[in-house]
Amino acid sequence: MFRVIFYPIRGIIQFFEGIGRYFLLQLMLFRSFTSWRLNLVNTVDQMMLIGARSIPIIILTSLFSGMVTAVQSAYQFSSFIPSYYVGSVVGESVLLELAPMITGLVLTGRVGATITAEIGTMRVTEQIDALESLSFDPVGYLVLPRVLAGTIMFPFLIIIADFFGVFGGWVSANAQMNVSLFEFIKGFKQWFTPWDAWFGLIKAVTFGFAITSIACYHGFYTKGGAQGVGKATTITVVVSCVTIVFLDYVLAALFL
Amino acid sequence: MIRVENLYKELGSKPVLKGLSFDVRDGETFVVIGKSGSGKSVLLKHLIGLLIADSGIVMIDGENIGELSFKGLQRLRRKIGMVFQSGALFDSMTVGENIALALSSKKEFTKWTVKEKVKEALEIVDLAEAEDLMPSELSGGMKKRAGFARAIALDPQYILYDEPTTGLDPVMTDMINRLMIKFKQQKEITSVIVTHELRIVRDVADRVLLLNEGKVAFNGLPAEIEKSEDPVVRQFMTGDSTLAIGEKI
Repeated sequence: MFRVIFYPIRGIIQFFEGIGRYFLLQLMLFRSFTSWRLNLVNTVDQMMLIGARSIPIIILTSLFSGMVTAVQSAYQFSSFIPSYYVGSVVGESVLLELAPMITGLVLTGRVGATITAEIGTMRVTEQIDALESLSFDPVGYLVLPRVLAGTIMFPFLIIIADFFGVFGGWVSANAQMNVSLFEFIKGFKQWFTPWDAWFGLIKAVTFGFAITSIACYHGFYTKGGAQGVGKATTITVVVSCVTIVFLDYVLAALFL
Repeated sequence: MIRVENLYKELGSKPVLKGLSFDVRDGETFVVIGKSGSGKSVLLKHLIGLLIADSGIVMIDGENIGELSFKGLQRLRRKIGMVFQSGALFDSMTVGENIALALSSKKEFTKWTVKEKVKEALEIVDLAEAEDLMPSELSGGMKKRAGFARAIALDPQYILYDEPTTGLDPVMTDMINRLMIKFKQQKEITSVIVTHELRIVRDVADRVLLLNEGKVAFNGLPAEIEKSEDPVVRQFMTGDSTLAIGEKI
């Protein structure tokens, strides 16, 4: 009986404990900013891993999401709506929502899970303790380069996703509705405002920071052996996905 | 000098250390023994500030670890080398890079000095040929020796060993014991060794402390522990699980 009452209470306490510990880690992260020069090489390495190596998957996912948007627009457009409007729909959807959101979700799996598994393994094999014993700041050495790299590289990835998403939309519109490039661009320009692109970049910076900091947090506080690393990795993916969807709503409510 | 006073620590809600007090004098080799789960490794982590006591004091060279700032703790750790049970080598780096990373925390070392120091440390542990190998390519004994090399490369004043011979064959155990004696003689290091192997007590220890359920059961010379009539001490020294604690020997 007591267990039934205390189980949810314990869960709530652990949830708030987790949030508190996450923000403490962010404080340590900001403290470690003073050592960014020492960790510059590390940061560049992470920029390659997080950014450059994610480009192929970002191109693929954004290309297909743009194509699907065009196909669905064509399906929903009646004969009264001019076909060039597909450019407007694809452009707005990709820039405002699809590119940042799909990129965020894909990178949660590719980048977030990798970061947690890497740092979590270092934790359970005492490598983080070894770093501390050698007078290194483990937050500065492990967390700062990853969070910086994520926050810097995500906007570039979103720009790539924007381009290939819109391009995929045109390819599909051309195949399905015979929309020429000229018509597609005409439709794209119809509703486009520079703020749409800026808004996507604001989302990119926010998602980049959220995904990498959540992944680092779960890796940094991993407990147990291989099972603990697996559990932490799963939690990272789940929490990051929910956080991205939540932040997506908050940013839209604030800026649109 | 290391001084531990009335050290208490709970992990989760389980008390692990229950009021430990002892001193380690400069230049001595102090061996902490005890059954698995008696709190030995937890104690060792307090000596380098990887864990902070719930109450009590850990003093190193007159500085209370619990009261040090982040920078102060980093400065103090430069005096201490730690050898981890599993070696704890950074698995994305070669053995040489592991040692070089330790040295890179000191600004006075040039690239050339670092290279020389890495070679010197690896020669001491007889691993000169392993400089370019990855940790995954090393045997258990080689990993431990590489961990030793990393810990001694910075010429520490104190060196802490966590189960240095656990899981090794008798020949490798002897080799590690000889290494610990060699470090002590060559570098006049103060050592704290956590182990449950009595061979280390006999071969290396100047003084020995037996931990039992988070408390000090014995603190004295190796010769004295061999003669002790205390039932807890006797049980550990004879390794007789059928011996009831409190039973007259």
